[in-house]
Amino acid sequence: MKSLFLRDIKLAFRSGGGFGLTLAFFLIVILFVPLGVGADNAILARIAPGILWIGAILSCLLSLDRIFQLDFEDGTLEALATSPLPLESIAASKAAAHWITTGLPLTIIAPLLAYLLQLPYAGYFWLISSLLIGTPALSFIGTFAAAVTVGVKRGGLLLSLLVLPLYIPTLIFGAQTVIRATISLNPMPALLLTVGISLFSIALMPFACALALKVNLK
Amino acid sequence: MVDLGKHATEVLLAYGVSIVMIIALVGWSLAQAKRAKDQLARQENTHK
Amino acid sequence: MSLWEYANPVKFMALSGRVLPVLTIMSAVLLVAGLIWGFFFTPDDYKQGSTVKIIFLHVPAAMMAINAWVMMLVASLIWLIRRHHVSALAAKAAAPIGITMTLIAIATGAIWGKPTWGTYWEWDPRLTAFMILLVFYLGYIALWEAIEDKDTAADLTSILCMVGSVFALLSRYAVNFWSQGLHQGASLSLDKEQHVDNAFYFPLLVCIGAFILLFFTLVLLRTRTEIRLRRAVALANRRNSHG
Repeated sequence: MKSLFLRDIKLAFRSGGGFGLTLAFFLIVILFVPLGVGADNAILARIAPGILWIGAILSCLLSLDRIFQLDFEDGTLEALATSPLPLESIAASKAAAHWITTGLPLTIIAPLLAYLLQLPYAGYFWLISSLLIGTPALSFIGTFAAAVTVGVKRGGLLLSLLVLPLYIPTLIFGAQTVIRATISLNPMPALLLTVGISLFSIALMPFACALALKVNLK
Repeated sequence: MVDLGKHATEVLLAYGVSIVMIIALVGWSLAQAKRAKDQLARQENTHK
Repeated sequence: MSLWEYANPVKFMALSGRVLPVLTIMSAVLLVAGLIWGFFFTPDDYKQGSTVKIIFLHVPAAMMAINAWVMMLVASLIWLIRRHHVSALAAKAAAPIGITMTLIAIATGAIWGKPTWGTYWEWDPRLTAFMILLVFYLGYIALWEAIEDKDTAADLTSILCMVGSVFALLSRYAVNFWSQGLHQGASLSLDKEQHVDNAFYFPLLVCIGAFILLFFTLVLLRTRTEIRLRRAVALANRRNSHG
């Protein structure tokens, strides 16, 4: 189990240049916002929480289709499925590895990019907390969608279409946490709901994911 | 004819759009049904 | 005889072949009657004027947009648990109907919104929820189209429908939460049902009934199409394998 997890992390690092690509993409999205909407600091500060969350979600999306792809193509996944390890724990390990290589780095770099977008000071703590708590949900939901589309050739676009609607609650609660903090409302309810979504996804998505993998390995 | 008053455009547009969409869906479903029927009939004939 | 007997494709084709003409006539009559009643023989609302007539399309379409998804969920669960092919195909057949109903609900809502609130589009929780429902439908249909093996497609779309239902429901509550956060004490309310008086209520009931019948008619028709296509493909495969 532990060796599988370490292997998944290593694999995630190697395929697609590790998290460098994800972070570069996040940076570009954030750079595009002032270029697109103008360099008005008041407007940027107002939309910063939403943009940061949307940017994080889009960056997270990039590496989803690689979660199972390599292992599926070279037959490793089939071998893993016949091993004594339950598919659920394989799925959970993949999702956790995805979070370590995308969600975590995104959370760490977010405050820096938030500064560029003039996020009000009251928002920083809540931005980091909401991302730290919310990004595992993104990885676990994303792993499920990756498992559903693993058999589809060039399924990247399909994967996005499937997974983005599933991200709606996480986006709303996560971004609301930060927005509420910046307009001096109580961000706690939104954060607790983010915690709820995250725990819910971590607990249940591996099962849905294993179900989908079983179908695809048939 | 009923007098729809000043909002005649909106009401007619809503009915028009909805009826067109329903007819399109029904027409499309019927066309698909016919195609499937023909295809199955062809397969069954050549199969004998 | 148990109800599950009809999940057998042959039995289903026989039964649905007999029911379909009756259902078609009933839904056509009810739909025409309901819409004519609603359009020609209802009074104007003292506040909204003639635009209130849009209710006879908007409300039934919105109801069926949601009910079609619920029916897809039930059919998906039946497929996953009991492995009845008819059930999986019925779920597939219902999706385009659901998406049409969603589009009708959004379009009539937008057209109605202009004279009532002065805008075609407002990010009201209900409108937003329907937009979200639309993308869930799109993903579901796209997955059916993307997978070649039909049983695999049925399995995966069923799983997606199950997970999607949970997240669609969560999104519905998230949207309520979100909207409160942006403008407290929203001035717009889409609750029309509360103040509907009898002059509108009865034709509305007829229209809702008509849309329900229309939905079942189309589901039956489209499921029959899917079964025939499956059979045609199966026959073609068998011939090819025989050389």
